[in-house]
Amino acid sequence: MIKILNAVVAILAGVGGMVALYWVLNAVVERLPSRWEHRVKPYIFIGPAIAVVGLFLVYPAVQTIIFSFADKNSEAWVGLDNYRVLFEDEGFRSALVNNLLWILVVPAASVVIGLLIAVLADRLRPTAEKVAKSVIFMPMAISFVGASTIWIFVYATRFAQGDQQIGLLSAITTKLGFDPVAWLSIERWNFNDFLLMVIMIWLQAGFAMVLLSAAVKGVPDDTIEAARIDGASELQIFFKVVVPQIWPTVIVVFTTVLILVMKVFDIVYVMTNGRNETDVVANTFFKELIEFGDDGRAAAVVVVLMVAVIPVMIYQVRRFRMQEAGR
Amino acid sequence: MSQAVPAPIDGDVDPMGSREAGPPPKRRMSAGGVLVRAAVLGLCLLWLVPTFGLLVSSFRAEEAVKNTGWWTVFKSPLDFSQWTLASYDSVIFDQGMGNAFLNSIVVTVPATIIPIMIAAFAAYAFTFMRFPGRELLFIIVVGLLVVPLQVAFVPLIQIFGQYNLNGTFLAVWLAHTGFGMPLAIYILRNYMASLPNEIIESAAVDGASHFRTFWSLVVPMSVPALAAYAIFQFLWVWNDLLVALLFLGAGDNEVVTINLRNMIGDLGQEWHLLTAGAFISMIIPLAVFFALQRFFVRGLTAGSVKG
Repeated sequence: MIKILNAVVAILAGVGGMVALYWVLNAVVERLPSRWEHRVKPYIFIGPAIAVVGLFLVYPAVQTIIFSFADKNSEAWVGLDNYRVLFEDEGFRSALVNNLLWILVVPAASVVIGLLIAVLADRLRPTAEKVAKSVIFMPMAISFVGASTIWIFVYATRFAQGDQQIGLLSAITTKLGFDPVAWLSIERWNFNDFLLMVIMIWLQAGFAMVLLSAAVKGVPDDTIEAARIDGASELQIFFKVVVPQIWPTVIVVFTTVLILVMKVFDIVYVMTNGRNETDVVANTFFKELIEFGDDGRAAAVVVVLMVAVIPVMIYQVRRFRMQEAGR
Repeated sequence: MSQAVPAPIDGDVDPMGSREAGPPPKRRMSAGGVLVRAAVLGLCLLWLVPTFGLLVSSFRAEEAVKNTGWWTVFKSPLDFSQWTLASYDSVIFDQGMGNAFLNSIVVTVPATIIPIMIAAFAAYAFTFMRFPGRELLFIIVVGLLVVPLQVAFVPLIQIFGQYNLNGTFLAVWLAHTGFGMPLAIYILRNYMASLPNEIIESAAVDGASHFRTFWSLVVPMSVPALAAYAIFQFLWVWNDLLVALLFLGAGDNEVVTINLRNMIGDLGQEWHLLTAGAFISMIIPLAVFFALQRFFVRGLTAGSVKG
């Protein structure tokens, strides 16, 4: 009860306080001479937002870079030691490789599956299309932890003689005559990594589908008709007429899933916590910070992540500028 | 216009809908048509079965969940003695999921409303006011969209630690307000930029202050974008594990994702409890999904690049 009261107070104080703050600042500024009023007022409007972003994102980001050159308690400088230790660490290098694998597989797979469903469902009756899309999109509502729980049950395996399989995957493979295997322990060819990626693809395909479906529907019919009259096959039409026109959307979806995958954490943390060579960068960050309490190394991991994101960031800003120019 | 960096919030397009052009063309049931249907059906089943299995399991007795596959219920689905709410009962009252559910609400609602307020003012200034530094500041906001949240954690934990804020709701509210801000500004500004400029200009000519124009014109007109962002942020905070782990942790204040994750870790073989726990943690997002699908889709697609 006290908690709910607390929350209510927080909402009232937070929202009310913000309104009051803006109102008071605004009233003060309105008393200024009009020339000054116009100069100062915009900063009243953006001030709190800039303060929040500065305090919770920009300042900590700078601080993180500084901490990455300091020891575990951020008390003494250690130069590049944190980075050296990280890159000499077998576990971290393997996490980097795994992350790269995630980046190579998951965005592409999400786009392909999303596009496949978008195109196929487009040929169904409207109701059927809506239902099919809802089914594929539904996992987007589920948290990574929830999704992991769902898939724990798919990947579960029982080994004892005479035990029935309770996991769907093992039930199928043992029915087919194979021996039961612990799926998430199979390190060969990174098989267990791929099983974890399946969860992410299962979650993200719906997102890809929704955006790509809208793009596919936006392709003008006459371009398709023209190709058809010229005698193009359905496959040719798809790859030579539809795909080029939806390419910008493909890029958007790809980038979005890419950013998500670069910092994938929850699924790995919950399913394996990095065991059996499944570790990823964001999970090593968490381990350094919480388990080992090494702020310096944790910060260094983040800096690696930041550097990796920079190209995407530049691309985003460029894209935004082009868009603004076309507005 | 090309596709926005995150998907733009379109006026009135239903992202889940189909082409709205009259009655569907008559289709012959060709071999291709059957194939398409079979493929879609197959994919849908593939997507649905894992969740469905967990749902079925959550209503089965402990012994049954631990020893037989959930699909065995279909041998005798009408045998009601096999269905039970025992797992839900145990999870809610013994495992603390009921308390965690409450905590999740307490965390999520303020963490959704407060950033919207702040961002709306900023978005208004970015759209309708001229000031030096405007472009640069907004470019920074766009850049921050993709920055991983991890950049903020190490220093914030230290700062919050100095003020004894770690483990309190205030810490997560503040953190989520900061982390949600770039996206909120971005979505709202893009939407406001699409509003007809004349209306705002004529309000200024009529002598309305920016403050009045904001409250009585721009905020009401921006409701679609506000709603889309609200849903995105609500789901994001509700489903978040990492921020909650770092700033709230386990214990009396833990949220549903932490409770569920600890169940997975601690219970080991207590499978039957995981099923119910997972569904309790999912019920709100799923309800939003089924009740507000159109807004839900818009919110998620608009906000999906969050770092």
